[in-house]
Amino acid sequence: MSLVLELRHDGPLLDFRAEIPEGRITGLVGPSGSGKTSILRAVAGLLRLRHARVAMDGDIWDDAVVHRLTRERSIGFVPQHYGLFPHMTALGNVETALTHLSRVPRRVRAARCLALAHVEGLEARYPGELSGGQRQRVALARAIAREPHLLLLDEPFSAVDRSTRKRLYVELRRLHEQLRTTVVLVTHDLDEAAQLASHLCLISHGQLVQAGPTAEVLTRPRTERAARLLDIPNVFEAAVETPPSEGMVHLRWGPHRLSAVAAAADCPHSTVRWAVLPTNVLLARQDKPWGDHLENPVPAVVEEVIELGADVVVWLRPGGLPDTRLQIRLPIRAVRRYAVARGAEVTVCLRVADIILLGDDEPPPAPAVIPAVSSPV
Amino acid sequence: MDWTAIALSAELALATLFLLMPLAIATARWLAITEFKGKPWIEGLLALPLVLPPTVLGYYLLVAMGAHSPLGRAFEALAGQTLAFSFPGLVVASVVFNIPFAVQPVQRAFEAIPLDVREAGQCCGLTFWQALRKVELPLAWPGILSAAVMTFAHTLGEFGVVLMVGGNIPGETKTVAIAIYDKTQSFDHASAGAMSLLLLVISLVTIAISYGLVERLMKRRRAP
Repeated sequence: MSLVLELRHDGPLLDFRAEIPEGRITGLVGPSGSGKTSILRAVAGLLRLRHARVAMDGDIWDDAVVHRLTRERSIGFVPQHYGLFPHMTALGNVETALTHLSRVPRRVRAARCLALAHVEGLEARYPGELSGGQRQRVALARAIAREPHLLLLDEPFSAVDRSTRKRLYVELRRLHEQLRTTVVLVTHDLDEAAQLASHLCLISHGQLVQAGPTAEVLTRPRTERAARLLDIPNVFEAAVETPPSEGMVHLRWGPHRLSAVAAAADCPHSTVRWAVLPTNVLLARQDKPWGDHLENPVPAVVEEVIELGADVVVWLRPGGLPDTRLQIRLPIRAVRRYAVARGAEVTVCLRVADIILLGDDEPPPAPAVIPAVSSPV
Repeated sequence: MDWTAIALSAELALATLFLLMPLAIATARWLAITEFKGKPWIEGLLALPLVLPPTVLGYYLLVAMGAHSPLGRAFEALAGQTLAFSFPGLVVASVVFNIPFAVQPVQRAFEAIPLDVREAGQCCGLTFWQALRKVELPLAWPGILSAAVMTFAHTLGEFGVVLMVGGNIPGETKTVAIAIYDKTQSFDHASAGAMSLLLLVISLVTIAISYGLVERLMKRRRAP
């Protein structure tokens, strides 16, 4: 059982189909204005679309004839600025979501939800007297009060500082462990999505670009658009030297011959776009007798070395490709060990399995089902 | 001191509040949350009493309430008296000339409720009336209070429209503002002065109290 979505609209532009797995945290990730919040509001019933099909656990919330009111949907919603009632205390805010209970059970349940969200002792405070993180926790407590089947979080960490955010990540994961509710988290922050979500939907211009388990989406973009959304700088074009056979394809990239894992459908044209993650580009030690053991060796010259905390971003100019720059990301100790400096000549290794062949950018032809992974989140 | 006129003014102000405020709250909320093509025209129409000379407004009200108008005829058939130059007629006129004073502060108050707060009510499972009672009206309360005070004070002080529509009938249409004018015309400066001072004090006290209440209400809601 899952959340099935089929949303189409003209303003904001939406053409989005996806199936969100039950009991997981799914991240809707995309740049500002890509339609993430509109999707969330449509699921909540707060936004009427030209065409909407929303079904939760087989229960239709929206289709051509049905439009269930927001209050009739089993949802908890934390908007970006929390939407707390400023004239009510923290306890009053949570109690407002429990009007179906009589006074005593309502108070007990509200206090329990505040405790779950780690805001004990602040029951009598008004939102104006709470910090950003405390407000976020109260909003979360209010959202879970009705024990919703679906928890919708719209950039819930954007208004808090970095250290509070890290704490809130842990608390959200812990809360999810306890509740096991299906969570849809909207964010434009890939790192945040990577830390919290077990599944990702990459969104651009109101369309689903790619969906799947987080680790897979982050490391195996299927199209160039997905690679750009994932901020992968190493996207190149190569000629197909020999068509795929026995799961392998040979590419010509300037003077270099590259081998990659590929199915026949991966290379329908004479050229193909390919990508490699900066963290997957390996520096080969010059002093080792590699022989033929090095996979896809590419000689290059170091153009730029930029230290970013514990990491170093290195830009390389691959041999024979004067207009191409390849980015690698290394821990700072590796840079010292390999004596990487501007102007140095190095050899990098692009492992066969790490070369990602990118398909054409097309809207998804059918509802994209996000395959569930076995590991719990 | 013309106590009859003072009592009549108080009665008129309370009747106006009682009739106008529910209508003003409903209209203000509708205008605050709805976008439609002719909205500026509706808002302009409701604000007209602010800019029209009282004589112009009074003239049209008099025409609308006259014995030859549908409204005047209907009222006469029901009540057996004319609407113009009567206390009910004065109430109708008072409701009309107070529309902008009642609607605009309430509309601004509803507009100031953030969308996410209003939507949070729905997400909490509240019905329309529950959300109105628990969330929207309490949040709009400072605006409603300001509107009520402005309407009350403005009704006490309105002169032109009252004179045009009600004339100067003691105990029926002679309000305190008309009585002050009357006393001044007849050189009874002591009475005119006393009533003016009373009106000044009442207006100042009601407005100051309302400002104080609004300030106290808003303080609690402000972010630290």
